[in-house]
Amino acid sequence: MSLPQLEYCQARTVEEALELWAKKTKARYLAGGTDLLPQLRAASGTQLTLVDLKQIESLAKIGQAEDGAVSIGAAASVAAVAANATVRKRYPILSDCCLSLGSYPLRNRATVVGNICNASPCADTAAALLALDAIVVATSTKAKRRIPMVDFFQGPGESCLQAGELVEEILLPQATAGGRGHYGRIARRKSVDISTVAVLLSVLPKGQPRHRLSLLSVAPTPLRVFEAEAVLDERGPEGASQAAEIARASCTPISDVRASAEYRRDMVAVLTERGVMTLAQSMGG
Amino acid sequence: MQKTITVTVNESVETHQVQSNQTLLNFLRETLDLTGAKEGCNEGECGACVVLLDGKAINSCMTLAVEVDGHQVTTIEGIGDVDRPHPIQQAFLKNQAVQCGFCTPGTILTAVSLLAENPNPNEQEVREALAGNLCRCTGYRQIIDSVLAAAAILPKGGGQ
Repeated sequence: MSLPQLEYCQARTVEEALELWAKKTKARYLAGGTDLLPQLRAASGTQLTLVDLKQIESLAKIGQAEDGAVSIGAAASVAAVAANATVRKRYPILSDCCLSLGSYPLRNRATVVGNICNASPCADTAAALLALDAIVVATSTKAKRRIPMVDFFQGPGESCLQAGELVEEILLPQATAGGRGHYGRIARRKSVDISTVAVLLSVLPKGQPRHRLSLLSVAPTPLRVFEAEAVLDERGPEGASQAAEIARASCTPISDVRASAEYRRDMVAVLTERGVMTLAQSMGG
Repeated sequence: MQKTITVTVNESVETHQVQSNQTLLNFLRETLDLTGAKEGCNEGECGACVVLLDGKAINSCMTLAVEVDGHQVTTIEGIGDVDRPHPIQQAFLKNQAVQCGFCTPGTILTAVSLLAENPNPNEQEVREALAGNLCRCTGYRQIIDSVLAAAAILPKGGGQ
């Protein structure tokens, strides 16, 4: 299917992007386009304006930010984030989740910020960003605000972003650096498929809680299971099956072409327990 | 809506009027008559449309022509030809990695991109990089072997 008629413009600065968006009847920000373009093929209605963000130099960077945080700009590709030396060293779970997304050519184009703005319950990068207490920095013509990752998602395809609001960057706090994780991901094929169920269990060197449990594809949004994390902090690997049962009870999956809700619930429990055991083994050994 | 873009395709500078909703794939095939890149799924899953944008493999069906203004695009036509095939193309021939040929341009360009980044990939890395290039003929074995064989003979420091 071909794309509908559209207007395309390039912004050179964040301010210009916000202004261009505001001037048009119906506009969308464009970064990698790997979610947006297929969506447009299926869409119809009013002519859309795409405001391309890739020429805004400040948005391309991955690097140090204030307070020891690492910033991921809105135009940074999933491949660039996965391969970034600082990300690999300090936030290897994000690198792992990035490499599970789509295919190699797709990751060269897709962006991490776009992955979360698309707000799919299966967004691979969201599993790590939730675990890392990432902060979403969003700007509008009126104000700039910092949104904790855990408050960002509202439902399938819905985030808390206001109309015209632009995510400039995601900040990875220093406090969550150095974590290790196990990303258990079930899909119909190993690559180029969204997950049927995915569970990221990570352990941070410090912080509260130390254990982090993120679930994908089993609720209207990517999910953190704080209650299970508390059990693991308290009981360690001994608490694996209790944490797995809490995780199973916390999710609200649907049945669809990929799997039944019952299967998804069961796999949440299995992958949670497997994550705990795998991490315990790798740390003990 | 029309826009004028200037893009370097296979080392030739091209300036053309394009529609804002025209994909890079359509621009290459219909405007420049470079029909090596193919339209398979048109949603970034099959890899038949893969080309290099500034040296990196991307899906040209998910990129607009207007987005590549000022950039460099390489298609299979710019990699090698019958008289001077690229080492990866030679390896594909030698290992019989081509049957119907529909996936071949995208697969070879993905391999070129991979070997530029990682000149000595192991089999697993080759498989992961090529996972987004579907082939319905070969069963992949011959393709994987070809990329590994090309990696062994290509000068290190880039597959291009």
